[in-house]
Amino acid sequence: MSTPAILVDNVTVHYGEVLALDAASLTLDPARICGLVGMNGSGKSTLFKVIMGMIRPDAGTVRIHGQSPSRTRREGGIGYVPQSEEVDWQFPLSVRDVVMMGRYGRQGFTRRASKADRAAVDQALDRVELGDYAGRQIGQLSGGQKKRAFVARGIAQGATTMLLDEPFAGVDKRSEATITRLLRELAADGCTILVSTHDLHALPELCDEAVLLMHRVLMHGPPELVLQPENLAMAFGLDVLNRDQRDSNERRSA
Amino acid sequence: MELLLEPLSYDFMVRAIVTTALAAVVCAVLSCWLVLIGWSLMGDAVSHAVLPGVVLAYIVGAPFALGALVFALVAVTLIGVVRNTSRVKEDAAIGIVFSSLFALGLVLISVTPSQTDLNHIIFGNLLGVSVPDLIQVLVLGVVAFAILVLKRRDLTLYAFDPTHAHAIGLSPRRLGALLLGLLALTSVVALQTVGVVLVVAMLIIPGATAYLLTDRFSRMLVIAPVVSALCSITGIYVSYYLDTASGAMVVLTQGIVFAAVYLFSPRQGLIGTRLAKARRRKAAAVAV
Repeated sequence: MSTPAILVDNVTVHYGEVLALDAASLTLDPARICGLVGMNGSGKSTLFKVIMGMIRPDAGTVRIHGQSPSRTRREGGIGYVPQSEEVDWQFPLSVRDVVMMGRYGRQGFTRRASKADRAAVDQALDRVELGDYAGRQIGQLSGGQKKRAFVARGIAQGATTMLLDEPFAGVDKRSEATITRLLRELAADGCTILVSTHDLHALPELCDEAVLLMHRVLMHGPPELVLQPENLAMAFGLDVLNRDQRDSNERRSA
Repeated sequence: MELLLEPLSYDFMVRAIVTTALAAVVCAVLSCWLVLIGWSLMGDAVSHAVLPGVVLAYIVGAPFALGALVFALVAVTLIGVVRNTSRVKEDAAIGIVFSSLFALGLVLISVTPSQTDLNHIIFGNLLGVSVPDLIQVLVLGVVAFAILVLKRRDLTLYAFDPTHAHAIGLSPRRLGALLLGLLALTSVVALQTVGVVLVVAMLIIPGATAYLLTDRFSRMLVIAPVVSALCSITGIYVSYYLDTASGAMVVLTQGIVFAAVYLFSPRQGLIGTRLAKARRRKAAAVAV
């Protein structure tokens, strides 16, 4: 058996009193695309942060290709594509500037770009078909182009593991197909990709496997299976609905 | 020409112009990051909170910069503690901490003999810059400027996407601390010229002005200091001829230039965008 690309073993995370992840475990083989499905507050972002080593779990371990997250980070192994809302699109940077930031980990004290850095950036831009847009300010791209610009940053970085947070939010159908094709190509080249998404209908085409998260990993399997309505009900909490109903009944009787 | 050269025949004017231009340049470079991160209020806070540090340094005869750095650190720590351990929100925490520290500084000044020197820290005393003052400002200014320029790409990455900075093995926390340290250092540089109360203008206006003029951060880093230096020198000349307060005149000039850019900047300016809108509407009407 090969070393898993991502190994999350019994990871528990609390924010103060709030439990974000409860003994969550996940094993992902290299060169696979995995969809992470769960409602808001189910711990998706926390899981990303744990994998990137931004949060140290209260218990459990995380390994990326057998290494600690901090070691993988220093080697530039983890690429991150943020949610649209997390980015200041007015920031005065060009598409090329943003993609070049993928190279900073390899550069010297002042992050001066070498010929190799520039070549890697050009290549990454061509790969995501944004070569003609390199000089544009990042806010002047369409929703799908913005996502591709950040994927290009991961490519320029040479990331072997990529985490994408809601890559299909605010993206039209055609761009969605372009992004799906691009991610499939990257996976074919050996990149392991974890995608958190609300967009369930895009999952079967994009992902090799899917994970249902509700503080713990409820289910991990082929997308067709995981997306069965009765399984989704588990993650999106019919239980919660029932409880709300009960609460309002109690209020009414009180 | 005579008009420009006459003030330069006085040594104190030459010193005033050199210090102001230097402070203006360093503050302007730093301001580019402050306005983009949204740290303007933090700039305000740190520049005020260094006052007790400067006064204590004066009393014990230590370098101003040391006292300022210590109190900048105290201020930032206190703000963080109040924000994280109570229900008070960040803007309130900043307001409480910096005004209290500033008040502490004023109290310390009132009990320290030789009040005249220290009052200059509050309102600036451009025309009274001594040779040792000038040297201190030069050294600190050059150090802050060099670090800002050498680490500009890291600082921009921190401002734009700290998560990515973390993902590639840099420390966002350390970069944030570096920026705060430089803010404290720069505040000391600017104290001499415009004084505590108006430092914040030098730390915000040039970056905001440049931001309205370009879509490239690398250009902001050139536009902001150039505009700021020109404004400052203009301000000093005007104050010389009109006999007005020099530090305030410098800031007023910066404010006027910002207003002009706000109104007339080709891409972001109020008038330019209104005209473009009207043109588009007209074109649409014609097309119909």
